Amino acid sequence: MSEERFSLIVPKIKQQYIYNLLKKGKRLDNRKFDEMRPIKIKTGIIPNAEGSAEVHLGDTIVLTGVKISVTNPYPDQPDKGTLIVNSEFPPVASPDFEPGPPDENAIELARIIDRGLRKPEAIDFSSLCIIPGKKVYGVWVDIYVLNHNGNLVDAAGISTLAALLNTKYRKAEVNQQGEVVLKEELINLKVINYPIYLTFGKILDYILFDMNLEEEAMSQCKLTTIISGGGKICGLQKSGIGYFTPEELDYIIKKSLSMYQSVKDLILKNVNI
Amino acid sequence: MSEFKRKDGRAYNEIRPLKAEVGILKNADGSAYFEIGNTKVLAAVFGPREYHPKHEASLQEGIVRARYHMTPFSVKERKAPTLSRREIEISKLIKEVFNTCIKRDLFPRTAIDVYIEVLNADGSTRVASINAVTLALVDAGIFLYDLVSAVSVGKVNGQLVVDLTGEEDQISEADMPIAMMPSKKRFVLLQLDGELTYEEFNSLLKMGMEAINKIYEFQRNCLKSKLEEYLKFYGQI
Repeated sequence: MSEERFSLIVPKIKQQYIYNLLKKGKRLDNRKFDEMRPIKIKTGIIPNAEGSAEVHLGDTIVLTGVKISVTNPYPDQPDKGTLIVNSEFPPVASPDFEPGPPDENAIELARIIDRGLRKPEAIDFSSLCIIPGKKVYGVWVDIYVLNHNGNLVDAAGISTLAALLNTKYRKAEVNQQGEVVLKEELINLKVINYPIYLTFGKILDYILFDMNLEEEAMSQCKLTTIISGGGKICGLQKSGIGYFTPEELDYIIKKSLSMYQSVKDLILKNVNI
Repeated sequence: MSEFKRKDGRAYNEIRPLKAEVGILKNADGSAYFEIGNTKVLAAVFGPREYHPKHEASLQEGIVRARYHMTPFSVKERKAPTLSRREIEISKLIKEVFNTCIKRDLFPRTAIDVYIEVLNADGSTRVASINAVTLALVDAGIFLYDLVSAVSVGKVNGQLVVDLTGEEDQISEADMPIAMMPSKKRFVLLQLDGELTYEEFNSLLKMGMEAINKIYEFQRNCLKSKLEEYLKFYGQI
């Protein structure tokens, strides 16, 4: 129930300057309205994790670790692996973050990322079955924000995708006693669908892509679109205080669909597997 | 398309029967009960009242806080009464919806607390909650820019449908809750879980907006009859 307004306060004079720039079609960091900040991806940096990736989106840094271990399947999907997505906003990332269990923003972030992975089957969950109905691999995705400078969702999405692409887990065999034994042999996690998270925000009547923290603090609301392979919309989340008109929605959806390929290529180029 | 019938006999664009009652809880400043099919929701509004803790209050405007909660008996398998991650996310979204729709600069330094209890869940609980809260806020006499009406749309067995039941939601390929301020066509809540093409998304949005208009009419009528009741009781002013 805590009310987390941005403690980042953008001075009125700077706000006015940013508004004036927007009216001229410009942003403070010289980007176009639909331009992403530069991204940098480092994969496999956590040796103990089955997969990991650190993503820099401008000054936003998100580290994602993937752990895989043997677990029980969900009762309604006995022959599929499980997925749990969690995210934390540790106090290292921002003066606004406090220690403690994930707050509503961290929970929302994890649930948005989850949405792009679960129903669109980004991972081949069937390949994670060991003994149907008894033992499967569980995939734990843990998202850690290391530096908060806006647009955590897109950065978390990229780092999750990069970490999954980089994930290798130990092969399991079932012995004569029916027990699961893990071998030394490593298998690559089968990522079969690449969800791309694209977040647009609204300041005045302008729609901006990939807002930084200052812009976020000034924005009314955001819409995250999740686009999957084949040009399908596989998730949406509107958040923040404000509204979108039907025209704005249509613009954002069309824009996301047209941006999907280029953003995906950009990520894959940087992942270099 | 019009030949298509759903498991409960509804047409693809038909919403379940609606029922609502306004002002049913005496202790709350505003309250409402809202029912859509077997989804039954109770909402209470307290405030505008003093904000606690005080240092978090805003000098410019009142702040809406919301708690969406499902009762342990509202679902088939007993649910733990503590707030789940899902409930925390929905509470956040509902809070944001009403922070958008209330003219909050009328009551600076205050809190408007919105409490929602889902009594029985059969799909579309978050949109039913939003419909209930809107009625409760009007009952509390709080200034809204417009009523908020909400509905869920989705894709079940390849068919685009309006107002998903719990069973439909379970097997659905996509589920999209929408909330709007209908008179100005402003979207205040939009979520999607599942895959849709651009064309499907647009038809669902259109179907949703039609259903929302029906719910809007229903809410207005409901509030009108409540007002008539009050006027009868207190006499014409």
